[in-house]
Amino acid sequence: MMTVSNSNASLLDVRNLTIDLPRGADRPFAVEDLTFTLERGEILCVVGESGSGKSMTAHAVMGLLPKAVKVSSGGIRHDGTDVLSLPERDQRALRGGRIAMIFQEPMTALNPLMRVGDQIDEVLRYHTTLDRAARRARVVELLASVGLPEPDQLRRSYPFRLSGGQRQRVMIAMALAVEPDVLIADEPTTALDVTTQKQILELIRDIQVKRRMGVMFITHDFGVVAEIAHRVAVMQKGKLVEIGPAAEVLNRPQHPYTRQLIAAVPHLIEHREAFGDERKPVLTAEKVCKTFHIGGGFFAPSRKVVAGNALSLTIRQGETVGLVGESGSGKSTLGRSIVGLIKPDSGRIMFEGVDLLSLSRTAFRPYRRHVQMVFQDPYASLNPRHTVGDIITQGPVAFGEDRGRALEKAKALLKLVGLDASAAERFPHEFSGGQRQRISIARALALEPKLLIADEPVSALDVSVQAQVLDLLEDLRHRLNLSMLFITHDLRIAAQICDTIAVMQKGSIVEIGPARDVFGNPQHAYTRQLLDAIPGKGWTIPEDVMSTGRHGAALRTSA
Amino acid sequence: MTAAVITPSRRGSGFWRAFARNKGAVLGLAFLLLIVLMAIFADVLFPTSPWDMTAAPFEPPFSEDALLGSDTLGRDIAAGIAHGARVSLLIGLTSTAVAVLIGVCLGAVSGFYGGWVDDAVMRFTELFQTIPNFVLAVVLVAIFTPSLTSIVLAIAIVSWPPLARLARGEFMSLRSREFVQAAVTTGQSNLTIIWRQILPNSLSPIIVSASLMVATAILLESSLSFLGLGDPNLMSWGYMVGAARTVIRQAWWMSFFPGIAILLTVLALNLVGEGLNDALNPKLARKGRA
Repeated sequence: MMTVSNSNASLLDVRNLTIDLPRGADRPFAVEDLTFTLERGEILCVVGESGSGKSMTAHAVMGLLPKAVKVSSGGIRHDGTDVLSLPERDQRALRGGRIAMIFQEPMTALNPLMRVGDQIDEVLRYHTTLDRAARRARVVELLASVGLPEPDQLRRSYPFRLSGGQRQRVMIAMALAVEPDVLIADEPTTALDVTTQKQILELIRDIQVKRRMGVMFITHDFGVVAEIAHRVAVMQKGKLVEIGPAAEVLNRPQHPYTRQLIAAVPHLIEHREAFGDERKPVLTAEKVCKTFHIGGGFFAPSRKVVAGNALSLTIRQGETVGLVGESGSGKSTLGRSIVGLIKPDSGRIMFEGVDLLSLSRTAFRPYRRHVQMVFQDPYASLNPRHTVGDIITQGPVAFGEDRGRALEKAKALLKLVGLDASAAERFPHEFSGGQRQRISIARALALEPKLLIADEPVSALDVSVQAQVLDLLEDLRHRLNLSMLFITHDLRIAAQICDTIAVMQKGSIVEIGPARDVFGNPQHAYTRQLLDAIPGKGWTIPEDVMSTGRHGAALRTSA
Repeated sequence: MTAAVITPSRRGSGFWRAFARNKGAVLGLAFLLLIVLMAIFADVLFPTSPWDMTAAPFEPPFSEDALLGSDTLGRDIAAGIAHGARVSLLIGLTSTAVAVLIGVCLGAVSGFYGGWVDDAVMRFTELFQTIPNFVLAVVLVAIFTPSLTSIVLAIAIVSWPPLARLARGEFMSLRSREFVQAAVTTGQSNLTIIWRQILPNSLSPIIVSASLMVATAILLESSLSFLGLGDPNLMSWGYMVGAARTVIRQAWWMSFFPGIAILLTVLALNLVGEGLNDALNPKLARKGRA
């Protein structure tokens, strides 16, 4: 789109870069023979799944590689000067001075014990000769330029007082402090809600245009790529497989891996058949309320957070209900109330004519097996000290099944979720994230539930793995005639898998209806706002990629 | 669908490699093994009772019939140290085992259930923490007359509170982990969850602090014996130091060698504890990793 260069040298010129991994890693190179350039006034998106070496490349440019990892050949030139051969002192001047970086997790990237103004001031102190007053004025000006309200007051806040989006803005202000010409953004919006993501993307684009910076934007989300990229580089296992103008790569991807990635992107409207009301309800939630009291003690009053405000919801036989909303909207609270992990303050949850909330612990126990849950984090939801077989059979054994029989069933379930039966003897750490999530699903299915609560089951996974797990859930639902409550923050995923959508905001369901209606003709302002914030709306996945990629190669590769 | 490519590594070998990285810990472990061997073979090395006179009184070290000298009554110091190792190790290990049992049970219950159970258990724990350790141990042993059992119980009773707090903290944090919640939703009983899901995952810090507690227990036992509150039928390092203190200016070796035995054993235990910490809490130890 715009590839303008003022001097002869590219702003950033990475040539034949190879970075060695320490011995014993799963492959010899983190990055292998990587060549690309970044020009002035350009946003280059580097896309790839976890472990593709995209962050390693960014860290090499910044001179932030871990000690055990070394650049073995190739070079990185910034405006003509070789970055790698510079002495430490000049490198320090370069990073922060000419090349700045923003990180994925703004909470951990900011010092929690320092006021945000002081943190920006620190950058100015090291890289400029401004005096105190001038620096203070500059801090206020920077905070204002990233769209933060009341910069003069905000300057004196500690990071924990700010929201995720505000923290990311502070990080950007910090990166801009000394007018860098290269900005490296490492998944800067991954930890943020969609509406906040939209604002941050707009901010980055604005600043980039205004200052004619070169931006290297690392992401795994093709929606984000479609939103801001001028050029796209696709990386796989440390190698650059495709690079080109955004319109080319997005609409006419050449490399099979790119095609596979694009095919795996959840696509917004699939126009599912409207789900009939005639089937009998499996579970009905009526006016469920829950308020959390945070903090407080003998003297200090506690802070109230309303996570559930008269939530009502019906899940019918064989239906998938999507519960969407941003973080803190209370969607997980409802899911956890249904499986009995949280006790709501009031309301009823009717399951087969019985109010689950009125039951005592012992009376509730027989119902547990009918309602099972798949958790978000596949790394935290499996006990690291138990074998996979143990993990799956523990539930049935607790309900009195013979261990041997349970293990036979577990092996059958492992096959059902696409793993080998021999997985039963191994430990969770031997499996990848996607495989672990399959184990987690097998565990939930071991009790033959009627209702499955899936709490963000794919949000910790890479896109292609995400697509496989979603396909698995969809397949199982039909095969076992499961009802499902699918909790997610990603509307694209909800659109793909859910029959009915309930949109939550601040503890209330603001809109509920068939997926087609909610997405096609949203009634509530908040739903429209959410839909509007989905990255890459203007881009539709090319038809030929859809058909070849998704149900072909992508499904057969291992998760 | 193929299985994972990561090769399965046996937990054991990885643990040993991590432990062996700490040279001090290996040294400590080797020394500890020596002490254990000495305790086991005390009857072979020194067949006569350590209370019997085998030499003239006040023999200096390296004399003919007493390698490390003899005490005021002509008893062999070396024999005393070898036999005393039994008492020290026995009391150190059993009292720690009892303390771990009490501490982990109370800590587990309090951390798992929370609420008023937690409050009650923790106030009870604090009751013990407010009384100075050693004074309580002295009082307990004095009341129940000094014997192996009363000493073990006294040491256990004064040393369980820190373990209870540690176990409580571990249980509280693991309680909210997803795999524990998954166990709840699959209908496992509380006892199963505590015993099979949480306990194995909370063992590392408990093992580390228990290994250090053995050292403290040995010191406590020595202090009790020093004050004359040891089991009168068993030779112990603390008793030897205590009995020799009146003649320390004439016969330094009588208190020096048992003192050195205490020092080195406690040091070895601390080194091993540190090594265990490095090996079991790899997040803190392996700084070199990417």
